[in-house]
Amino acid sequence: MICNQELVLKVYGDDVESDKDEYLQSPELVNKEKHVFILSSAGKPIYSRYGNEDKLAGLCGVIQALVSVVEEHDQDILRSICTKDCKAVFLVKGPLILVAVSKSNESETQLVMQLTYAFNQIVSVLTLTQLNRIFEQRRNYDLRRLLAGAERLIDNLLIFMEKDPAFLLGAVRCLPLPEKARENITNAIISTCNKIRDLVFAILIAGNQLITLVRMKKYTLHPSDIHLLFNLVRSSESFKTAESWTPVCLPKFDATGFLHGHVSYISEDCQACLLLLTVQRDAFYPLSQAKHTIAEKLEKMKCIGAINDALNRSKDLPTTNPLKHIGIPIIRHFMYKCKSTAQLFTSDPISLDRLQDYRIMHNEGGDITVKKIEKLSDIDYVKNYRKFCNQIHCATVPAKFIFRSNSENTILAWITNGFELYVTFDALVEKEQTKKAVDHLLQWIKREENRIFIMNAPTF
Amino acid sequence: MKVIEAKIVVLGSQGVGKTSLVVRYIGKMFSRHISPTIGASFFTCNINLAEARVKLQVWDTAGQERFRSMAPMYYRNANAALLVFDITCRASFAAVKSWVKELQSNAPGPLVLALVGNKADLAGAPCVPATDAARYAAALGAPYTETSALHDQVLHTPLRRPRRALHRDLGAARPGTPHPPPPPSPSPSSQYTASASARRASTTSS
Repeated sequence: MICNQELVLKVYGDDVESDKDEYLQSPELVNKEKHVFILSSAGKPIYSRYGNEDKLAGLCGVIQALVSVVEEHDQDILRSICTKDCKAVFLVKGPLILVAVSKSNESETQLVMQLTYAFNQIVSVLTLTQLNRIFEQRRNYDLRRLLAGAERLIDNLLIFMEKDPAFLLGAVRCLPLPEKARENITNAIISTCNKIRDLVFAILIAGNQLITLVRMKKYTLHPSDIHLLFNLVRSSESFKTAESWTPVCLPKFDATGFLHGHVSYISEDCQACLLLLTVQRDAFYPLSQAKHTIAEKLEKMKCIGAINDALNRSKDLPTTNPLKHIGIPIIRHFMYKCKSTAQLFTSDPISLDRLQDYRIMHNEGGDITVKKIEKLSDIDYVKNYRKFCNQIHCATVPAKFIFRSNSENTILAWITNGFELYVTFDALVEKEQTKKAVDHLLQWIKREENRIFIMNAPTF
Repeated sequence: MKVIEAKIVVLGSQGVGKTSLVVRYIGKMFSRHISPTIGASFFTCNINLAEARVKLQVWDTAGQERFRSMAPMYYRNANAALLVFDITCRASFAAVKSWVKELQSNAPGPLVLALVGNKADLAGAPCVPATDAARYAAALGAPYTETSALHDQVLHTPLRRPRRALHRDLGAARPGTPHPPPPPSPSPSSQYTASASARRASTTSS
């Protein structure tokens, strides 16, 4: 890690003195909790989370200079710059430079992970092959031309990553469903699609949660690719109006090419979206036919109702309000990752609607607020887990078990071969008491595991 | 009753309102929350005529540059192309011209063209005068229509001459060739008349 404050301050100082970069002091940019800038290695602005990247050409030049000075003079890589209240994290990936400037409590590793996701989002839109080729041919290319309309994917992804612990844990959230209902859905897809050649994945998702994923035998889908699909669906209102035929590159699966996706909502009264991904670019019609057959089967077997019950968080389901169902009053919040399946479950699932609220809030601001929070939301709990998560995943001396109790709350973090668990208890709870509560909690999760997780990995 | 299948592709720059027009025509609504199309969207609708039922398939394509290379996949099998531009954006009109060139050199068969200037509700600030667009359309033998997906309006009725040309094209088309739909328009009666006469033209020739 390089702490090169002086250099930054000096360069900024010059800019301010010459009044060229007054824009950097404008309300659009000042006081944001986290900036993200993406530029080409030639220093051309590509994306800025806030403000107008056109007006940030000067800043991008500075970033590019910093990166290349360290690279050329010191034969080193600029990873981060830390100031008193702010971290700037750099990631050079292929022909792009990505930078996060954050005043949040996220660690350097977590910020690098977010930048990697932002890079993968761009790859998902263009493919790595196309991205590299463009800059090989024209180093000065303005990539915004090709990314037109995709900025909102990056915008939404950044918000999504700040709010949803799925990213923190590298896991996928599943829609809790009765085992039988999920099995019926999976079978409806398999029986319809198993004769379709070159269909690689069939995925049913709703509200950033996985309902089922059927795959070709040889292939698997990495959680981060699934997150990009969640983000794509959530960001694209246009999928709701019609069947779409959409090229999508899944960077972990194959960064060099597109899969072609038949994307559609399963029925007018259900927010579940079906993606049928194939390598055949002209397979739209057979997949459209398959979709209609699947939709009919799901309707007939009353699966649509089961999905809607889960999405509407019907009171009859034990998974709707797990804390109440588990019945240990000292537990305020928990999140659990099942490591073998890379899936997570939290006591208070972040619903789709609420994420949309955050998006609206974010368009207005993203400003740092000092307001004292009266009642913690699920998102605040997750924010509190960040530093524990960082200690658990620390590359040098990882912690296995953390217990911290103070006058605000008691937090327990625990990693084993099988799971990763974070629990928030009331303030000043004794260790013994939490141990009992955790045992009870783990028993409940074991009992419900067939509802809250997808325990098998179905194939065509 | 005879059932005819017809495919139409909607082409034009990003943000000119292709999806809004199609959604207005098929879904009879306007949404301010439409996000950019990714790839292409597929719509179907049925139009009942006196002597036949038309199953219309509409491919609404994405206007962004990065999807340009995928366009042939959609216009290759189309019977007609709806070329949409934004009357307040000169560049989108220029883009239509480049689409026409591409279609003329790459489309495998004769395509029936129709030119649409959208966002007529912003007519206070048109950058593409109706006369220019109409003249260009006439040269192509295509009808020109100004529309507003927002107000569900067709402001300039299609010019007569190009419309006759459209019919003639259909008449010359090979027997059984499906005919194109009219551009999205709020008056179903006029649409259907146009389609019906087009259909007659096509049956006569067969």
